[in-house]
Order: sequence, then C-alpha cells, then structure tokens
Amino acid sequence: MSETARGRILERLRSASVGAQRAERGAQVKQPKRSRDERVVRLRTMMEAVRTEFLEADRESWPSTVLAFLVSIGAKRVLHGANLFSVAPPDSAAVELVPYDKPIEEWKTDMFSNIDAAITTTRGGIAETGTLILWPSPDEPRLMSLVPPVHVALLDTNKIHDTFADVMRDENWAAGMPPNALLISGPSKTADIEQTLAYGVHGPKRLIVVLVS
Amino acid sequence: MDGLIGKRAVQFPDQEEWAALRARGAEARARALANLPDLLIRLEARCRANGMEVHWAETTEEANEEVLAILNRRGAKHVVKGKSMVSEEMHLNDFLESHGIESLESDLGEYIIQLDHETPSHIIMPAIHKNRKQIARLFGEKIRAAKYTEDVDELTGIARRVLRRKFEEADAGVSGVNFAVAETGTLFLIENEGNGRMSTHVPPVHIALMGIEKVLERLEDVPPLLTLLTRSATGQPISTYLNMITAPRSRDEKDGPREVHLVILDNARSRIYADPELRTTLRCIRCGACMNHCPVYTRVGGHAYDAVYPGPIGKILTPQVEGLAHRHDLTHASSLCGACVEVCPVQIPISSLLIRLRKEASSGGVVKGAGEGRTRAEAFTWAVWKRIHASPPAYRVVSWLATRLGRFVPAVGPLKAWTTVRTKPRFAHKTLHELTREEGVPDV
Repeated sequence: MSETARGRILERLRSASVGAQRAERGAQVKQPKRSRDERVVRLRTMMEAVRTEFLEADRESWPSTVLAFLVSIGAKRVLHGANLFSVAPPDSAAVELVPYDKPIEEWKTDMFSNIDAAITTTRGGIAETGTLILWPSPDEPRLMSLVPPVHVALLDTNKIHDTFADVMRDENWAAGMPPNALLISGPSKTADIEQTLAYGVHGPKRLIVVLVS
Repeated sequence: MDGLIGKRAVQFPDQEEWAALRARGAEARARALANLPDLLIRLEARCRANGMEVHWAETTEEANEEVLAILNRRGAKHVVKGKSMVSEEMHLNDFLESHGIESLESDLGEYIIQLDHETPSHIIMPAIHKNRKQIARLFGEKIRAAKYTEDVDELTGIARRVLRRKFEEADAGVSGVNFAVAETGTLFLIENEGNGRMSTHVPPVHIALMGIEKVLERLEDVPPLLTLLTRSATGQPISTYLNMITAPRSRDEKDGPREVHLVILDNARSRIYADPELRTTLRCIRCGACMNHCPVYTRVGGHAYDAVYPGPIGKILTPQVEGLAHRHDLTHASSLCGACVEVCPVQIPISSLLIRLRKEASSGGVVKGAGEGRTRAEAFTWAVWKRIHASPPAYRVVSWLATRLGRFVPAVGPLKAWTTVRTKPRFAHKTLHELTREEGVPDV
C-alpha cells in the first residue's frame, strides 16, 4: 500500500509543478547586536517573565551553590549526568545524588515517582527569546529535563547567542543534528482552561538556571 | 479572543519588522511548496538514513491502517497522543478505540474535550468553548478520586497526576509535526506543556503524523517561521519547548523511543496543489491567528463550522478537501472583511480564495464538486439584481417600492425559513438617495 501511495502522491505533485509560484524573498529582518553582558540581561529578563528562577555561580563554586539550593527546597533524590562533576561534589546528608547510568526501562517507575530534581548542563542560550539549548546525549539523556519536577540547568554565560538563527549558523547545525535537540524557555505551562496561565502541567514545575561565569 | 488579539499585537510592535518577517515566512513556505516532490523525497531519504521509518498514505483510511499496523507489530494497547490536527482529520482516536486500543489525548485542552466526547473548537486552544465550571464538573464526574475544584492550578494538577501515569505506562506515542526539514531529516514539534515531549520520548515507539505540505527545505527556514508561529498563535516570543527529533534512540543512549515512524498523509492536498492559486492554502502553519481575528468565528464558535479546521483557514481548506457540493456554504461564512489576510503570517490570500471558491461553487472550475453549489433560485435572483443595478430607472423604481412597501412583504418561502431563527430585516422608510438629497447633497 505504502509504495503505491508514495508513487501516486509524487506523480500528482510532479504533474502540477508547472507554474509554481515563488514569493519574493523579504528583506533581511533587522537583528539586534548585543554585547555579552546585554545578552545575559536579556536572557534573564525574558526567562524570568515566564517564571524561570536564577542562581549565579562561578566555575568552581557551582556545585555547592546548587546543592544549597536543592537542600533549601527539600529535594531528597537528585538526578545528574554521569560526568557532571569533575571533582567529587560536597557531601550532603540531605541530598542523595543519583547518576543516570542505566537504560530507562530498568528504572522508569523509580524516575517518575522518586526523583525530586535533575541537574543538567546546557549547550548554550539564546538571548532574544530567553531560551536554553540542550542536546541530550548518552551522558545526559533526553528525559532528564522533562520528567523530574524540578530542572536545574547550568548555563555558561559565554555561550549565550543573540538569536536562534545565529546559533544555527555559527555552529553549523545543518552539518549534523543530534538524535534529539531541545530549546527550553521556561517551566512547563498551559493556558488551556479559560486562557488562564498555569505552570507545571506535564513537564518540570520549576526551572532554575544557574548562570556560570 | 480580544486577549489573544492584544497579546499578538504586543509581539509585533514594529511594522517594518513584521513586514520583513512575514515576507521571509511566506517565501520559505512558497519555496518549499514549489519544490515539494523533490523535498519530500529528500526528507524521506534523510529520515531513513537517520534510522526512522517512513510511511505514505493517500487517504486518512490508509494512514489509520498504517498506524494500526505499526501498533499491532508491537502489540501496543495503550497510546498517548500529543496534539495533532492531522490525527483529527483521520479520526484516529475513534479508529484505534474500535480496534481495542486506548488512544489518550494528553494536551490539556484535548484531554478535556476527549473526556467529554467532543472535538476541538479551535486548533490551538481546543477547549476554548468550555468554562472552568464545566471542566470542574467534568473532572469530578469522569476522573476517579478527583475532588470538585474550580481552581485552574488544581484542575491542571489533577490532569498532571492522571496523565503522568499514562505516559509511564504507554506502549506508543503519537504526535503531529510542525515542520519537517528535508536538509537534515528533522521533525520540529512546538509546545508549551511538555506532553508532546512525553509522548515522543517516554514510550518505546513514536509515530509522527504529517501532511505532505509540512516540509521545509533548510534548517535556516525554521527560525523565522517559529517566531511567526508562536507570536501569531498565542502572543508568545517563543513556546516553552521546541523539540527537534532527528533519530530514534542510538545504541549508547539510555532513553528515547527505539522506533520512530513518520506517516506522510496526502488527503486531498496534492489535488489542491495542482492549482497555483489554490496552492497558497497549503502554506498554512496552523497558528490560528485568522480564527482569533475573525468576526464570524468569534461569534459563532468553532463547532458551528462542523469541520476539523474552523475559522477562515477552514473555510478555504474544508471545501477543497471535502468538495464544494456539500461544503460550499462555508465559503459564504465570511464578510470578506480581510482581518484574516492582514494577520496571516505566511500571506495566504484568504479573501481572494473565498471569492474564487464561491465562483467555482456556482460556475464550475477545478475544485472537487465545482458547479454543484448552483441553484436556480439563486441564479435567478442575482440575474434580476444585475438587471436592476444596471438600469438607473429600474433601480429608482425598485428602491422606491422597497422602501414604501417592503415592510408588507410576507414571511413566506425562503424568507419564512430564514426568519424562524432571525428577525426579519426592516427596510428604511426612504431610499439613501432621498435621504442624502434632503441633507442637501445633489444627485450626480
């Protein structure tokens, strides 16, 4: 069925291709050029407008900043990528750190029921729209930024681009996309009931961005 | 809808930027359509190289059978769905239920209307016709252990609790596709809730459904269309999530679906494609701005159209898909005010297409069922109208008679049927010419 359907659809399209309309390519859209500091401010302003929270830290101190935050919100079990910590994180009696080290099938219920938060890195950010870029990987799988109710994302302030178009072009995404790539611009939200905004519908209820500089 | 109109307007403060952006958006869509057969072949090849399986379907029946076959191979009994208008075209839920497979909508709005056995009344906000009291009652009746509440956060929390369990247990996930990029074989899904990501990444099988027109040539075509879509649809600078799917789970990944299937559906689109003017219908990116701004839609609501796609885009799409014989009435559900044309982010000339379809309905043409909307009574009426308006003496006599005697016209025949649910219109006591003359304006 499929092969013949394919052939017939393509044949109809081909026989119609004469007289194809092409629209004029519009003028280049004006693009703001922001300095590094302006990009950080813009990203933060845009994300805070959709209830994203922010922490600030440097390259050495972020683990203790993040752990202190997790303790403060009462998170007990916290998921992280296998290679997240280059040095052993500070010991905390209150927080159990759980590495994502086995296939989801072996612990799906545990992840859905017993993980309070996840810490991931990000590939970068987009200032214009207030957006995090994540390319999930074997180290930091796809569900980390989705299933746990709290998502803590580390963002290197040197990796904040102006626009989505910029980062696609500068990093040449067209040369090879990962199996899954994500733009995340806040905690999960909906306005499906009376157009009233409600946060935390299916994905994380809270998104915390740690600005690392 | 006023709220949405305002939110959209705030997102496009700079008319020059808006003009440039929508020109880019329209160009990207028009270029994709101009090369459609080649791009579909390239998309198919890239997706297969990436490890996806690609299926083609000419009709919704074929598409349903493809989905069923995939599910049966895996013995899947429980399916979770992200929002997909193509699946609404297919009536996929009913089809799967009739084969003993649970097909659960997981977008909050879609979940609500599925609980009440309804169809979406808006393509972006499917449950916009319901208020919180109705939803509170519905949840109280249909969801076990749900307490009655009219608080939106609590209602959302109830749905979250029920659906999380369903995501965890689902055998397969079904989604739509916002854009499919031929250059890399990547499927783009835009959403705010996270249910789309849940449906596409938690179950072991992901089935994505797309119409043949959804393809884009290059990755760089996405950013302008993405921002046009989210700003036009809900007045957001960007959605919470943009989910870019290029491949199923690779050997060393720990999660993600092991199989990704792309079902490419025609359902009359290739027929629409044949005509260069009508083809512009296929540029649509399903933002819903035309509905939000339509004076007819905002008064009658989405269900009045009795079609999968309501509002202005539905008025041009549905008659082309289902045929003018049965659906030409939709082309008249417009005052041709042009509000939809002004806000369309990809410059679809909706008003011109409505006029074209009206003409084809009565005079014949290329659209399915063209000419079958013609009735003798209507043709006769317009012939008389034309005579009167072409002759000044006749016009003067008729307009004088209408203003003096019009109120005595009895409600019989078509006027009787028409007035059963409407007030009979009243003629003015004098003609416009008389009134302006009295105001001192001379006749030309």
